Amino acid sequence: MGAEMLLKLHHLHLELPNGTALLEDVSLNVRRGDALGVVGESGSGKSLTAMSVMGLLPGLKASGSICFEGRELLGMKDREWRRLRGAGMAMIFQDPMTAFLPVRSIGAQIDEQIRLHDRVSRREARARTVALLGRMGVPDPEAAAKRYPHQLSGGLRQRAMIAMALSCGPSLLIADEPTTALDVTVQAQILTLLCEIRDSGAGVMLITHDMGVVAQTCTHVAVVYSGLVVEQGPVAAVMARPLHPYTQALLEAIPPLDGPRPEALPTIPGRPPAPDARPEGCVFAPRCRFVRPDCAVRPALREPEEGRHVACVLYDA
Amino acid sequence: MIRSFASRTGQMLLVIFGISVLVFCIFFATPGADPTARIAGRGASPQVVARIRAEYGFDRPLPVQYVTMMQKLFVSRDLTSFVNHGQRVVPEVLQAAPVTLSLVLWAAFFWVSGSLVFGIASAVLRDSWVDRLLMVLGLIGLSMPVFWLGEVVNLVTQSRWHDTFLFRWVPPLGYVPFSQSPWGWAKALFLPSLTLAVCFIGLYARVLRSELLTAMGEDSIRTARAKGAGPVRVWLWHGLRLSWLSYVSLFGLDFAQLLGGGALLTEVVFALPGVGRLTYQALATLDLPLIMATVMYAAVFVVIANALVDGLYALLDPRIREGRHGR
Repeated sequence: MGAEMLLKLHHLHLELPNGTALLEDVSLNVRRGDALGVVGESGSGKSLTAMSVMGLLPGLKASGSICFEGRELLGMKDREWRRLRGAGMAMIFQDPMTAFLPVRSIGAQIDEQIRLHDRVSRREARARTVALLGRMGVPDPEAAAKRYPHQLSGGLRQRAMIAMALSCGPSLLIADEPTTALDVTVQAQILTLLCEIRDSGAGVMLITHDMGVVAQTCTHVAVVYSGLVVEQGPVAAVMARPLHPYTQALLEAIPPLDGPRPEALPTIPGRPPAPDARPEGCVFAPRCRFVRPDCAVRPALREPEEGRHVACVLYDA
Repeated sequence: MIRSFASRTGQMLLVIFGISVLVFCIFFATPGADPTARIAGRGASPQVVARIRAEYGFDRPLPVQYVTMMQKLFVSRDLTSFVNHGQRVVPEVLQAAPVTLSLVLWAAFFWVSGSLVFGIASAVLRDSWVDRLLMVLGLIGLSMPVFWLGEVVNLVTQSRWHDTFLFRWVPPLGYVPFSQSPWGWAKALFLPSLTLAVCFIGLYARVLRSELLTAMGEDSIRTARAKGAGPVRVWLWHGLRLSWLSYVSLFGLDFAQLLGGGALLTEVVFALPGVGRLTYQALATLDLPLIMATVMYAAVFVVIANALVDGLYALLDPRIREGRHGR
């Protein structure tokens, strides 16, 4: 504990204009110097969670609470939110090829973000851009700044993306599957970079579906299933002894590195429910091997052990 | 750079050559297209026909005729009309060109500014009543024939309401050279160019709206918003930048086409002595040298405009600059 709370989502609920709930109940915390891995299957709502923190989902109705550095973000005017975006919190996207504007040089795009938030001259902004690119390990940053996104390799593009995200010194960095579009060696470099950022005191929220990535870079993990956080806790503890049946099943599905090769990898039978067809009770109950009659009532997120949260009837006292 | 420029120029010349051959063949080499009979008039004696044929060189082989005509058109520039004997064709086209240029420049100004305003407004307010109203207006503008609209404008501003305060300023039909009176020039061209621009405003606003909405769905627009850019900046700086391409190429072609005489109907209706009206006269009297001259003039403009658009493309999108292995 001790460290300052940076971001606190409390019962975040997000629905479409027609009333379909996309996120049912997302509660999670990020402290300074923490890296929170948000894991879940495709469509579980991990990206939506990130986007709603950034306020990038107009047209969707959000309720609950998003508290960033002690300020409530929901209900804030867009003008104020805009001042936070890019400066207080920044986001890295999955595919750096499409995330950059293809028709302007990456340097110009990073300059733009700096000049949106700080009153500096073009020349100063460019100097900062070049310094940032250098810090991100881009060789010959001055020339790289003048190049267009399609002229850089995937790894360099993602470094430029991270440089852009860090250009205004955000205290929270949200990375939405930052390594999915990259090959494995580049992936490792980018993850190391994220670790360095975390160590420098910022909070990192890493959205991924890769447990391995979480184990490598994160201090905490939150498991999202069908628009709900079902388990949250320190990475080491969750990996060693997952509490929620869904987390257990997820970890079992990782192929073992040594020992005899299993005949078939364990999978979770069934598929996650669609947002408009979620069960009344526990959302995981239809696929759960421990399902009991009292799963018909949706369990709340409790803290059975210090620092570990889980939403499952198995741990109701 | 120099090599691509040279190859580009070569291509342009080739296209112009092709067009000239094609036009020549249509008017001189298709069966029954013998211009002698038309020049000689109905009921001319065989001797007269034979004399005319020899005089105009129609008895020589076709390639020779073609080369002679091109030589007269481009080199000695003394090609004369078949209808108004002795009238030189090239100076006539060159005299008409500034009129058309003025008209089309004004029209382009109206249609670009109009379509930008309408297109952006309806994209930003998509699915609202404003959007629907603008798109219906655009469709109406698009489907109104320009000659009809021109006649209606003339009827209203020249006769019916000419004496009301609204249209008292409207000058009589015709053209006033810029050098003679800039204000008169602007007044004479205001209504014709607006009439010409109406259908383009409708078309371009629709194109811009759909391109802009597609662009706004791109990931890079999300990035722009994540950077903290405000809506004005996101729409105008990032969104427009992505949706320029098809707008620009469309503009280049339409602009060139109009300069080359495509504003024919407008020029005829408003009695502007431009290239379009010249083409109209040439067609009405089947004056082959004049047709040849106006068509070649138009072809040159379209080809040049195409090259310019390609250059602008490369300027707007760096991916095109690198050539084939872009996207």
